Amino acid sequence: MRNAFADVIYEIGQEDSRICALVADISPAGSIVKFREQFPGRFINTGVAEQAMIGIAAGLALKGMRPFCYTIATFSLYRPFEMIRVDLCYQNLPVTVIGMGAGVIYSTLGGTHHSMEDVAVAGAIPNMTVLAPCDPAEMRLMTRWCATQSKGPVYMRLGKAGEPDLTAKAVDDFKVGKIRYLQRGTDIALVSYGVSVAMAMKAAAKLEALGKSVSVLSCHTIKPLDRAGVEQMLASHKQVAVIEEHVPHGGLGSRIKEIAWESKAKCCLETFSLKDEFIHCYGTHDEILSAHGLNVEKILERLL
Amino acid sequence: MTNQQLPFDSSAAQKRCLKYRKRILEVSQQVSALHGAGAFSAIELVDCIYNNLMRQSSDKKDPGRKSPDTFLMSKGHGCMSQYVVLEDLGILSRMDLDLYCKSGGILGCHPDYGNPGIEASTGSLGHGMGLATGMAYAEQKIHQRDGVIYMVLSDGEFQEGSTWEAMMMAANLEIGNLVAIMDHNGYQSFGKTSETHPGFYPILAKVESFGWEVAECNGHDSEAIYTAVKQRRGSKPLMLIANTIKGKGVSFMENQPIWHYRSPNPVEFELAMTELKGVVA
Repeated sequence: MRNAFADVIYEIGQEDSRICALVADISPAGSIVKFREQFPGRFINTGVAEQAMIGIAAGLALKGMRPFCYTIATFSLYRPFEMIRVDLCYQNLPVTVIGMGAGVIYSTLGGTHHSMEDVAVAGAIPNMTVLAPCDPAEMRLMTRWCATQSKGPVYMRLGKAGEPDLTAKAVDDFKVGKIRYLQRGTDIALVSYGVSVAMAMKAAAKLEALGKSVSVLSCHTIKPLDRAGVEQMLASHKQVAVIEEHVPHGGLGSRIKEIAWESKAKCCLETFSLKDEFIHCYGTHDEILSAHGLNVEKILERLL
Repeated sequence: MTNQQLPFDSSAAQKRCLKYRKRILEVSQQVSALHGAGAFSAIELVDCIYNNLMRQSSDKKDPGRKSPDTFLMSKGHGCMSQYVVLEDLGILSRMDLDLYCKSGGILGCHPDYGNPGIEASTGSLGHGMGLATGMAYAEQKIHQRDGVIYMVLSDGEFQEGSTWEAMMMAANLEIGNLVAIMDHNGYQSFGKTSETHPGFYPILAKVESFGWEVAECNGHDSEAIYTAVKQRRGSKPLMLIANTIKGKGVSFMENQPIWHYRSPNPVEFELAMTELKGVVA
């Protein structure tokens, strides 16, 4: 996903002279190098200075540019939080903040590099749009949307590298603000965003092998959430499971529970998330998730 | 295009600044908190930027908005000094200031982006330097225009790490079109900076060591401000350290921390106005 993002930035940088790339000392991957070489004036590396990255991006946007700020999620969102809130959101500027390696993908780097509450933090700010693509194809469409929209700031939660293609056979086309059926069933709906959609797909395959009819949805736009789409999903399945690599509070699970309560949904609603705990263990990404109860087996256990 | 005056008309500047101080006192009677002292220390700086340094459009109806130059009030709490100048230039209306902090008005204690003449929302300290660096870079290096970004910062803002982060970047980016003026009044909410935060000094050498051109002047001497800015070399961002007096112009407000926030009561208001009326500009 990281390399695909760099490709898209390079492409749109050629098409639109307002596109700027700002990074905070993250090693330039793939096409970001090409962007820097071809458009040196529109590439700024602020060094290890994320507050400057966001502030400068806001200043560029105030002078008509369309900046993308790019670094590891904890540093792109948490460190310069007040610059994001005031400079970007309060002024409602079209700046896209990319959180690379969001969630606990940097499993062995420890808690300082885990963004387990980024959706809650970014989503709490007025004017902020929160997006999380599930695969490189969705990320491409999303990045193009970010480059052309004028509505305001965006936080885009990205994975790392090597994500599989999950949307080639999607039922619905991608549209920002609309929940997207990747496959449609009648018994169980598995709804997720970002890299966790892959886990939902695997769980769906197991459930189908056991005779269940399963929908899988990519809720790539977490804010503003597609309320009508969520209500329809809750009304048309017996069981709904929200799967997210995020703390239990303030993420998609919380929002869907709110809508379920308000719309008097009849389905059985389960949420799967990280625990409300920092992670103090090490291992692969999957091992870390399992330690917090996020794996296909645990999902099947509760749904069956 | 430019309204540059040679020789510098100090008398006109003094008259304007006296008028601005009186107007701030008038508005202060509408509210209990106004940050008047921090506005008084910056009056000559803001006046000089708008009335002497920024190029004005030939469009008399909307002069400030059309200027190729930009002003950013990084010390947002000092914005009364900006509001009275914008009113004088016809960018804000008398009604706008009469409704300051009132229901139905558009102006509060800190500048809001989108209001006439306000180029960025400030109020939280330590944001202006990043914003101004981005603006100056866009003007000079991307759009390749000659717009100058003028900014007034408080001295307290230099305790924010974000100010120094952005200053390093401004030096790296070689933006010679950024003119930052520190309103060095030496006081902050908690007291005298040299006592509460002695490590803050020496300030000029610190800024220079960050790759900036530096200058220092009396921040209540309009001609000195003007000359210091005009004499800049222009290859690096400029930091003008303007030595000012918090509460300047009203003797009982000068260097008294209580006046950082509060507005004068009716008796104090009359005293202050009497004092200002006695000034012959």
